[in-house]
Amino acid sequence: MIIFSVIFGNLAKIPSDGIPYPLFSYTALVPWTYFSAAMTRSTQSLISGKGIYTKVYFPRLIMPFTSVLACLVDFVIALTIVFGLMAWYGMVPTWGIFNLPLLIILMVLTASGIGMWLSALAIQYRDIKFGIQFLSQILMYAAPVVWPVSLISEKYGESVKLIYGLYPMVGVIEGFRSAILGHNPMPWDLIGMGTITAVTLFISGALYFKKKERLFADVA
Amino acid sequence: MSDIAIKVNNISKRYRIGLKEELHDTFFEAATSWIKSPITNFRLLQKLSKFNEDEESEDIIWALRDVSFEVKKGEVLGIIGKNGAGKSTLLKILCRITEPTSGNASIHGRVASLLEVGTGFHQELTGRENIFLNGSILGMTTVEIKKKFDEIVEFSGVEKYIDTPVKRYSSGMRVRLAFSVAGHLDPEILLIDEVLAVGDYDFQQKCLNKMDEVSHEGRTVLIVSHNMSSITQLCKSAILLDSGKIESVGNARDIVSEYIRKGSSSTGEMIWSNLESAPGDNILKLHSARILSSDNEVLSEIDIEKEFLIEIKYWNLKNGAKMWVGIHLFNELDIHVFGSSNNPIESTQPDVLWNTPQPEGMYKTICRIPGRLLNAGIYSVSVAIGINTLDIIAHEKRILTFTIYDTISTIQKRGKKSSGIIRPRLGWETDRV
Repeated sequence: MIIFSVIFGNLAKIPSDGIPYPLFSYTALVPWTYFSAAMTRSTQSLISGKGIYTKVYFPRLIMPFTSVLACLVDFVIALTIVFGLMAWYGMVPTWGIFNLPLLIILMVLTASGIGMWLSALAIQYRDIKFGIQFLSQILMYAAPVVWPVSLISEKYGESVKLIYGLYPMVGVIEGFRSAILGHNPMPWDLIGMGTITAVTLFISGALYFKKKERLFADVA
Repeated sequence: MSDIAIKVNNISKRYRIGLKEELHDTFFEAATSWIKSPITNFRLLQKLSKFNEDEESEDIIWALRDVSFEVKKGEVLGIIGKNGAGKSTLLKILCRITEPTSGNASIHGRVASLLEVGTGFHQELTGRENIFLNGSILGMTTVEIKKKFDEIVEFSGVEKYIDTPVKRYSSGMRVRLAFSVAGHLDPEILLIDEVLAVGDYDFQQKCLNKMDEVSHEGRTVLIVSHNMSSITQLCKSAILLDSGKIESVGNARDIVSEYIRKGSSSTGEMIWSNLESAPGDNILKLHSARILSSDNEVLSEIDIEKEFLIEIKYWNLKNGAKMWVGIHLFNELDIHVFGSSNNPIESTQPDVLWNTPQPEGMYKTICRIPGRLLNAGIYSVSVAIGINTLDIIAHEKRILTFTIYDTISTIQKRGKKSSGIIRPRLGWETDRV
């Protein structure tokens, strides 16, 4: 967060919708870190956990889900720090806070959906885990972590912004900012688009995982 | 409610294995195959899980082929076979860890599988915490574990170290703790894969006793093991697997004998015709060892009532050598039945040529084994020759195999085959006092 603030806030002077840049980027960083960590860990979950599911039977879906849920612990701790940071800047949380649980659900949904896809793929094609690090970086810059969504709507217009909302983390991150900082209204349109993608990912991920589940013990 | 615990119907399991890489003849071929390698590798990876119907290409092996059997409730079944016969694959399929290519199995009852001791042991947690972790993974509830906690710790023998992180344990301690947790499972069906042979001798005995207890509590147990004596001790019936197919099913002792008989390649006669390669040195060389009937016929199936001979021929290459000959007999569980030699201490009548200087030449020593000494079963013979009472020159292990069979009349009189290593006729007398 400090590095982001120094480089993107001071040196690059990225606009931040009128909020102190450290707060701006940190409220986005918290859900993003969760998402990226959950994605990476669930990809690895089947590979590193092979000692267990090749010896005992249990529904293998548990494996990516444990990663997704375990990262929530870190997430909660990071969230408390956000509130600390707000107190430092003398900002009071708005009523938007009550939307947070919804956003968290969306976030977990996306993470599990991608987690199921990637873990099933990674156990079959081992080099996927190298691609993940790369993917994670791309996705971070594609998400409005360091820059606000208003940049997109300014430059490309509203309809492009709506399509951009298909990337679930856009809705989550802007929603987090709006809920906690209250400078913009809740971007329900972006959240709506994101939910569509998240649900599709989740369902398709679960289906693919179940279809390939029978192979895991054989190819592990 | 039927009393069948496990029913296996025509289970087959197919795997793809790697094939040797093609060697290319021309540089052009090598270069093109190198460029295409990402695509070929991807296709190979995909093929790993896809099989066309009835495809029989080179890289397909059948780990199991049309295996069917039934296990009744409370039965203890042993599964034996050579390495690679498909025993662990069968167990994995019954545990639902992997799916069969075709066929199905139905299991009635709570299953616990012991495919490996210490599944899920986390190195940083203490022994106490790992007991809970391992127990839950294996299927016990926390309440159950708490109830049995003291028993588990006592059985494992690591009471003093129970609160130390497992990473500090020696490998024996780890294994004992793991087996102890597994041994206190309460399932209706228990599937065990070669985990009984862990720990020191003391602990192994404890494990066998525990398994014995478990089987007497009416649970159905399937044991895969290479330890023939534990199979005969614990199981009533057994299955012999060979290359993925069931060779035979039946009484445990019979199946074990069949397994050993198939595994050994020796018969009733062994001849080393080439002096150069025969066992021995420049003093003595073994020529042959044979099992003969009292009419001097080579045979490997002997009537339990009849005497038989073990004849050993050898060359003496040094004038004045003082030779001796000895044999060791092992039964089908590889138990050493006896060792004997032509030393007068071991012989019914003195062997005149023992330990006296003898001229060069070919010699023949015969050992007469009386009838009604050994019990029916399969035996193997090791032969040794040497000089000066104690020096061994050649020792050929388990080179002869023979079977002693009960005659029909004996079986009829007794009703079934008797157990025991020897079956002597003893002097029994009864008087009214």
